[in-house]
Amino acid sequence: MSETTAAPELAAPRAPRNRRSTRTNYELYGWLFMRASGVLLLVLIFGHLYMNLMVGDGINAIDFAFVGGKWSSPLWQTWDLLMLWLAMIHGTNGVRTIINDYAERVGTRVVLKSALYLAFTITVVLGTLVIFTFEPCPAGADPELLASICFP
Amino acid sequence: MTAVLENSAEPDATPEVGAVPSFDVTLRIRRFNPEASEAAAYWEEFTVTAYGTDRVLDAMHKIKWEVDGSLTFRRSCAHGICGSDAMRINGRNRLACKALLKDLDPSKPITIEPIKGLPVVKDLVVDMEPFFASYREIMPFLITSGNAPSAERLQSAEQRERYDDTTKCILCAACTSSCPVFWNDGQYFGPAAIVNAHRFIFDSRDEGAEQRLEILNDKEGVWRCRTVFNCTEACPRGIEVTKAIQEVKRAMITRAF
Repeated sequence: MSETTAAPELAAPRAPRNRRSTRTNYELYGWLFMRASGVLLLVLIFGHLYMNLMVGDGINAIDFAFVGGKWSSPLWQTWDLLMLWLAMIHGTNGVRTIINDYAERVGTRVVLKSALYLAFTITVVLGTLVIFTFEPCPAGADPELLASICFP
Repeated sequence: MTAVLENSAEPDATPEVGAVPSFDVTLRIRRFNPEASEAAAYWEEFTVTAYGTDRVLDAMHKIKWEVDGSLTFRRSCAHGICGSDAMRINGRNRLACKALLKDLDPSKPITIEPIKGLPVVKDLVVDMEPFFASYREIMPFLITSGNAPSAERLQSAEQRERYDDTTKCILCAACTSSCPVFWNDGQYFGPAAIVNAHRFIFDSRDEGAEQRLEILNDKEGVWRCRTVFNCTEACPRGIEVTKAIQEVKRAMITRAF
């Protein structure tokens, strides 16, 4: 009668509540940014599509000279820069939340997010560099390699 | 005389007026016995006779009382008030005492599982501790300053109306355990905790709104809500849970700017 059964070992629920407090406004600003940049991007992207595809000759007008011409104007430099930055931050933040939602293991999360931030940095740095330093007809270049617009 | 003969020949042809039709229903229940030598969850089917007025809980009672006494589930009041018997019935979180069998298509087996995202203790009983830990964290009690008034704390009907919806919560965990974010990340406060914070944040008599908003401004707080609306759909009290969460978000943004 004195035989007792040991209490069953229950499967560990999930990590005990050691929620690290993160009481910053970081998530709040992130959430707000997503809404604001979303609205702004709608204008920027559809404006971009309209200017490139509908105005004048439309899509047939797009070539090296067209892009070179656009980037010689400060308006389009700013437009494209804003579009690049907002779209990249908006998209990266979106993927960051998806990784937070779906990657259960800490290791997976760290690896995925590192790859994400690396891709973000490379794209934004290269894109910004191109928008500001684009020179369709660099001085002293081999004329063979230059576009026809460089020879008026 | 012929009429009498006909009647005795087919006594059951026409059901008695006012009789409740009975039918056989199969319940497919997810079972787990932690004391078994190899504790693993499995499905078990029970077929019982039920009536058109029966709820899922009645069929489960019949199984527990007449077929298999080892079937384990929680229920207290059995009338949709205590919030003990939330379970996943046909893939949706409901209260077993509020779901009528006839509404669930009894011609097919009805699947019953424990609510998701909380550790299963036995059969349909889950460990509610992580759920209540989140609930405690948002301080679900009146916070005031100064001396207590000698009479009631007065409030207008409009001020009461502001948070009326979220007072209906019975803490059954149907919403929290229907939330995909909670399934994947148990650190998330979950809809139920936010609903109960909402109940005090928008109460004109309470002075702890600032603290509660501060708590829910966490990385695991309201900002993890993806407005999936599973919680609103699951709530057996019809609380507009997702709306309440959005209202807390808005309060945080207006506070920050």
